[in-house]
Amino acid sequence: MQALEENQQRYTVSIFTEDKVGLLSRITAIFTRRKINVDSLTVSETENKGISRFTVVIRTAPDRIGVIVRQIEKQVEVLKAFYYNDEQIVYQELALYKMPTEAFAGSQVVEKIIRDNYARVITIEPEFIVIEKTGHEEETMKLFNELKPYGVLSFVRSGRIAIAKPMKLLKVHLEELENISAF
Amino acid sequence: MEKKGISGAEAVVLSLLAEGVECVFGYPGGAIMPVYDALYDYRDRLQHFLVRHEQGAAHAAQGYARVQRRAGVCMATSGPGATNLITGIADAMIDSTPIVCITGQVGKHLLGTDAFQETDVIGISMPITKWNYQVTRAEEIPEAIAKAFYIAQSGRPGPVLIDITKNAQTEFFDFQYRKCTKIRSYFPKRKVDLSSVERAADLINNAERPFMLIGQGVVLSGAQAEVKEMAEKAGIPVASTLLGLSAMSVHHPQYVGYLGMHGNYGPNVLTNECDVLIAVGMRFDDRVTGRLDGYAKQAKVIHIEIDPAEIDKNVKTEVAVVADAKEALQALLPLLEVKRYPEWMAKFKECDATEREKVILKDFAPTTSLPKMAEVIHMLSQLTQGKAIIATDVGQHQMMATRYYEFDEPYSNITSGGLGTMGFCLPAAIGAKVGRPDRQVVAVVGDGGFQMTLQELGVIMQYNIPVKILVLNNNFLGMVRQWQQLFFDRRYSSVDIQNPDFVKLAESYYIPARRVDNREELGEALEEMLNSQSAYFLEVMVEKEDNVFPMVPAGASVAEIRLE
Repeated sequence: MQALEENQQRYTVSIFTEDKVGLLSRITAIFTRRKINVDSLTVSETENKGISRFTVVIRTAPDRIGVIVRQIEKQVEVLKAFYYNDEQIVYQELALYKMPTEAFAGSQVVEKIIRDNYARVITIEPEFIVIEKTGHEEETMKLFNELKPYGVLSFVRSGRIAIAKPMKLLKVHLEELENISAF
Repeated sequence: MEKKGISGAEAVVLSLLAEGVECVFGYPGGAIMPVYDALYDYRDRLQHFLVRHEQGAAHAAQGYARVQRRAGVCMATSGPGATNLITGIADAMIDSTPIVCITGQVGKHLLGTDAFQETDVIGISMPITKWNYQVTRAEEIPEAIAKAFYIAQSGRPGPVLIDITKNAQTEFFDFQYRKCTKIRSYFPKRKVDLSSVERAADLINNAERPFMLIGQGVVLSGAQAEVKEMAEKAGIPVASTLLGLSAMSVHHPQYVGYLGMHGNYGPNVLTNECDVLIAVGMRFDDRVTGRLDGYAKQAKVIHIEIDPAEIDKNVKTEVAVVADAKEALQALLPLLEVKRYPEWMAKFKECDATEREKVILKDFAPTTSLPKMAEVIHMLSQLTQGKAIIATDVGQHQMMATRYYEFDEPYSNITSGGLGTMGFCLPAAIGAKVGRPDRQVVAVVGDGGFQMTLQELGVIMQYNIPVKILVLNNNFLGMVRQWQQLFFDRRYSSVDIQNPDFVKLAESYYIPARRVDNREELGEALEEMLNSQSAYFLEVMVEKEDNVFPMVPAGASVAEIRLE
């Protein structure tokens, strides 16, 4: 995880949008233009058909994040955007580790590492085994570092997905916007 | 509107007609040819102005939009046609001008293949459009165009671009047009929140030195009457940003001048003495605020602004009213007490006297052999009684024109503010004249900026558009030269510009033209220009090393404004 510069905080930005071509560019341009590096980005369709959810992790100053999120909300096809610090969300990342099958043979060390880290094996092939671990970045990296001496052939980590602790539903937010709007 | 079995191209034209479009500024080319073919059939109902460069089309659409208070339309082909629009689109974006740009695109099957004249116009225009969309099927055309007009013109206006692949223009479908009035994810305007209006009223009623700043938002929402009423009822002094100019008559007793880098002394300095700052439809641009940590720190700020993204962007507010300026002021007006601030108003008068003595009298004094820009503008202002539409370019002449033209009619100031686009003036003046043929339109332009888009003289010639062109020629890129003089030790790097014979040039476009290089002829020449029924070109040779003051140097606070 990238270190925070002075006066920076890590924010998870949740953006609900119409599922339209080009929106990804519009949203990332808002960060790019301000020279904000995106630490992770996950986009997928929500349970509501036609509505996508972007989860973007960025670092910026506390007095800038509100301005940035309002610029995102300003995009015509963005329904609503929220920002949270790590305490306001429950978040997870998924990591996959491809190990040579022989790393498991003759020793129970790797097996123990997997067990201790609450990871699981999802595929066993003659040549390799794929392990899966969900957790925070520190946890998935810890597992990586522990497996490394036994030969990690490939390692991939997803962007963060997050669920906000505040209980208000998107639907309610949108109804509120609808109520204060004049068309 | 409905029509069965028509081409996408015809649908484009019918959609424009359904939106009440009367004219289009554009330039044909390969990928937009089917639309031009359709335009041919509708040429009695939809006038097309053939510009000489697509940048001119975008600026003309902007000029038209500013005076017509609705979207201007421009059209270009794919590739270079579309990229030539970009400057105008960026200008419209930063100055919140509604324009609808229609570009042709290579056929759908060629997208992404680096086909002839293929450019990723959607990608290029994304950060400088309020919305853009690529149409690849004819059936999408009416809805895309309906959305384009709705988005361009609603809320905080701006440019939109519709890119239409060639196949979509030639496919046939059953056309049906429905105006767009709502988009699920788009909330262009909020109802006025009465509780924030009450808090604003409370601050204003208890203020000792209130100060109101008006911007382009007042012009866009047509809140001129409300601003005037508020100033008169609550006794508040009013200053205008560059783009807010002409929203309030300069002759109004509550009007105290023009804000910003080259604005008036009083409004700049006294920004740092007011106790309540009421900003209406403006965005605290750095040219207005100077150094932010030295800007109005003592004041409680009320920000009336339609775009929520502007709130607290540059200046922290005490009360934000996120609403249309006119509606917000209408809600605020009844809550305001009748007040007068004679001492506070007197301070503005004192500053005016200082500025008059140190700057204005010098600007007007006939001490140089050639006339000064200020003298020319002052005379133009008097001869037109402040009633003309003044289009300006960017630079010294722009600052002189906006300082000294005594705007007395709304919707009269057409200038490139946020982007500072040289070359804006001439095509924007053409658009303004097409939009308001009943009004005198004067393009006040420098010798540098004029040469950036002078090819649009061809449009004036071809369509007999009676725009008056006033070139203030100092044979310098004057504003850059001023900065080099003040901040770069007079090292005049690439500002000495050799000009062609502008009079001959204008005459080659069959435009009556005259050059003046003395005060004696100036008044008469300006009159001749203004009285001309046709277009007219007047070049005034002006003092070479004239400077625009006052000046808030870049990075200085408004209180550090220099008078000389």
